[in-house]
Amino acid sequence: MRARNYFVGAAFALLAGGMAHSALAQEIKIGEINSYSLLPAFTEPYRKGWQLAVEEINAAGGINGKKLVVVSKDDGGKPADAQTAANELVSSEGVAMLTGTFLSNIGLAVSDFANQKKVFFLAAEPLTDAVTWSKGNKYTFRLRPSNYMQAAMLVEAASKLPAKRWATIAPNYEYGQSAVAVFKKLMSAKRPDIQWVDEQWPPQGKIDAGPVVQAVAAANPEAILNVTFGADLVKLVREGNTRGLFKGREVVSFLTGEPEYLDPLKDETPEGWIVTGYPWYSIKTPEHDAFLKAYQAKYNDYPRLGSIVGYQTIKSAAAILAKAGSTDPEKLIAAAEGLSMSSPLGEITFRKIDHQSTLGAYVGKTALKDGKGVMVDSSYKKGSDYLPSDAEVEKLRPKD
Amino acid sequence: MQLQPGPPMAFYVVQFLTGLASAASLFLVASGLSIIFGVTRIVNFAHGAFYMIGAYVAFTLTERLSGTFGFWGSIVAAAFAVALIGVIVEMVLLRRIYHAPELFQLLATFGLTLMVEDLVVLIWGPDDLVGRRAPGFKGAVDFFGQNIPSYDLFLIVLGPVVLGILWLLFQRTRWGVLVRAATQDRDMVAALGVNQKWLFTSVFAVGVFLAALGGALQIPRDAVHHAMDLRIIVEVFVVVVIGGLGSIIGAFVAAVLVSELNAFGILIFPKISIILVFLVMAVVLIVRPWGLFGRPEAPARKTPGLTVNPWRPLTSNERLAALAALVIAATLPLFAGNYALTVGSEIAIFVIFAVSLHFLMAVGGLASFGHAAYFGLGAYGVAFLAKMAGLPMIVCLLLGPLLGCMGAAVFGFFAVQLSGVYFAMLTLAFAQIVWSIAFQWVSVTGGDNGILGVWPEKWAASPSHFYWLALGVAALVTVALRVAVFSPFGYGLRATRDSALRSEAIGVNVKRMQWTAFVISGTTAGIGGALFAYLKGSVFPDNLGISLSVDALVMVLLGGVETVSGGVIGAIVYKALNIWLVSQTDLSKLVLGGFIVLIVVVFPKGIVGMLEMLAQRRKSTSPPGASLLAKPIESAE
Repeated sequence: MRARNYFVGAAFALLAGGMAHSALAQEIKIGEINSYSLLPAFTEPYRKGWQLAVEEINAAGGINGKKLVVVSKDDGGKPADAQTAANELVSSEGVAMLTGTFLSNIGLAVSDFANQKKVFFLAAEPLTDAVTWSKGNKYTFRLRPSNYMQAAMLVEAASKLPAKRWATIAPNYEYGQSAVAVFKKLMSAKRPDIQWVDEQWPPQGKIDAGPVVQAVAAANPEAILNVTFGADLVKLVREGNTRGLFKGREVVSFLTGEPEYLDPLKDETPEGWIVTGYPWYSIKTPEHDAFLKAYQAKYNDYPRLGSIVGYQTIKSAAAILAKAGSTDPEKLIAAAEGLSMSSPLGEITFRKIDHQSTLGAYVGKTALKDGKGVMVDSSYKKGSDYLPSDAEVEKLRPKD
Repeated sequence: MQLQPGPPMAFYVVQFLTGLASAASLFLVASGLSIIFGVTRIVNFAHGAFYMIGAYVAFTLTERLSGTFGFWGSIVAAAFAVALIGVIVEMVLLRRIYHAPELFQLLATFGLTLMVEDLVVLIWGPDDLVGRRAPGFKGAVDFFGQNIPSYDLFLIVLGPVVLGILWLLFQRTRWGVLVRAATQDRDMVAALGVNQKWLFTSVFAVGVFLAALGGALQIPRDAVHHAMDLRIIVEVFVVVVIGGLGSIIGAFVAAVLVSELNAFGILIFPKISIILVFLVMAVVLIVRPWGLFGRPEAPARKTPGLTVNPWRPLTSNERLAALAALVIAATLPLFAGNYALTVGSEIAIFVIFAVSLHFLMAVGGLASFGHAAYFGLGAYGVAFLAKMAGLPMIVCLLLGPLLGCMGAAVFGFFAVQLSGVYFAMLTLAFAQIVWSIAFQWVSVTGGDNGILGVWPEKWAASPSHFYWLALGVAALVTVALRVAVFSPFGYGLRATRDSALRSEAIGVNVKRMQWTAFVISGTTAGIGGALFAYLKGSVFPDNLGISLSVDALVMVLLGGVETVSGGVIGAIVYKALNIWLVSQTDLSKLVLGGFIVLIVVVFPKGIVGMLEMLAQRRKSTSPPGASLLAKPIESAE
């Protein structure tokens, strides 16, 4: 399948760019790694997103006249395999840079590889703050808003709630732990009057939802923070609905507004949760309209958040390569630092200080419409507004 | 929080009932596994896959057929349909390999599981699917202000009902009598003229039916997705072992025990779920080595030594050939690029890992399901020494594996008190405990984000230098273990493997022998892990995980467990194929699984085992049919 994409992309570029046979020598390769076999629900739309980007870039003449080729590899959800793939891309395929990854530990593994081998790495999805802060390095950039940024966006809305007694439910691994930690810290800073009355840590992917829901209800919180997603979220919501956990309680939830996680809930979608997500149906900006039209025309399907991430990852990579005019990693870093570009969600900038992009997220409330879950009252939160001060960031990040 | 009054009594009752509902779901799947294992001795790794297919098929049917009858009809129909698939799998695949070495069937079912994981995504798409709620069981029942989902009550009733039906089936029917007899002594049942083929097929069908029913019944409360199988398979194995293999009542009690401990455990320790079942299993097995309701296994009547050609050291010619292969391997840096060299290093490291497990399994007759623990401990040992103590690479490589050695010494002491599958499951429990420590102890191990920046020093940093290092160590380790096999210790260990009773009678200290073998094997795995840490430059809890342990098992079985060094070939074939497939295709699991199934059918003694058999056959003057004829005689022994 991947080989086919490669050829389709190449053929398309030949046609559209009107290049001669010398095209093969005139190409720039980007290496891409993701957990395709482990997380197909996210990575299928993600792949469609970046394939669309490749097509658009090559149709517009490629990168400084050179055709863009993306070589994509599966990591199977294992950091060690991701490194094998990264090594193949760099050593055998001769890619100009690495992109992709979903899971935080894989993002960190590839970032460490990039630092060691002096390769430019644009992390697409991993959310852990460590990628750009405590374990940040000069070769690694990140596109998606980090855990901290999403927590800060949610805290802004959550702190306005009257609720004083809070409980948390989060998957028991780094992502869940750091999401809860940041949320608690920011929330307690804004609202010293609130109490944390219970916390539940079901294993990721293995929630035994009944007892967890009961345990949270027993603590009688006024509001709940949820960090579970995917199949765990489905089980939690179903048990919570049946047992009346969410009745009369505010719920604040990470990622739940993303179509990947909201759509499976169908008519069981709980209403009124404050969530981060991607309401593609209600975004009315020219940039997004153009993206949506192109995406639907090509795939006859609606985009998920993964589609945006995949699309913008490759668009960003291309912009960095175009500005650098070279594949030298040092020049790529210099080009990327402070680079601004447009995205379907508005203009973004890769910050010089910590290599984090200012891509934001939508915050809104869940609602039921025609038996389907949607996000309403949503507004776009710019990433740049939810990052700590430069002085704090400098303290968090090791010196290059 | 302390000032708040505690939750009302009704809460504890409801929490108990909730635990019972979880137990019922677990029991349905576990009972099927227990029946299959009890009779056929197949470690059915694909049980989770059947559970998952049951859920997928039931989802499709319930979406099409509405109404009360449509829903429940779909659930039952799905279970029957999947049972039919089970029958086909048993007849086409498993029947061919009942006479293969013990645990070899694990390889076949593992291959199937891999294939199914890709197939369900191809058929049903990548999204999580959320099915209908059960008609008549959509809401909740009020119990003194606490809500109990009515579906939970349904499950709570269903669990004992299924238990009762199974009990009647086993106690009151002729089929049940045969199954119980086969569970106790299947050779005797065969000798009495019972048609084993159909007995096995029917047992397998019942087991798969229960698994699929368990999966189908999850539709109203779970999401259907392609990772459901892995989520449940290990847990049900643990339940079966805690209960005692082959005991249905044991499986039921164990399911209740585990579920209730979880339901109440999370009230005090919210992070306990991740490790609870393994802790319970470790404690139960240490106190009761055959599970709660299991009985000690009768000493094996079958002598593995008879089914293989006696082992012998390599002849001078074979030594030269092995040396030549090593020399050729060492010339790889002359013509291969950096990527090939790094892959070569990885394969060499996995050769070390595989031969370490192979030593334990082939020579000691002890199959470890948690061998990654010692590999991972070696890797963490290196990471601690390099990052915290800042020691030079050579010192780290020498001292790092000691952590694996210490882990093996502690866990091995307890594990060797057990035998067979109980031994295997206790090693799994220990591995999971180590894994969860690495996972949870964030301040020391970095949790699942791991320890980064463990890169080799300059002298070993280039891919070719590291490759030579890994290749050299792998060769050294393989030779050292072969020397051990043909040393007096090795002969003694083989004696304990072939007959624990006889070797004890002639004065061999069986447990100490096995313990020593366990420590040697664990330390060797630790050496592999230490190199692996430097190869990848980082260490993650994955390095201790179940999937790595399974990889090691697959490599050993693929090579051939009845051989002296089959692990070497198994590791090279499996790892090279795995890396190549993952790089080349999105359907790597489907292709790899299919390949494994094919190998199982074509090489029922493993690759090396089969080659040896062919070579033996060519040498012997007897017609080729002779060795085939010998088979039924061996198995009837």
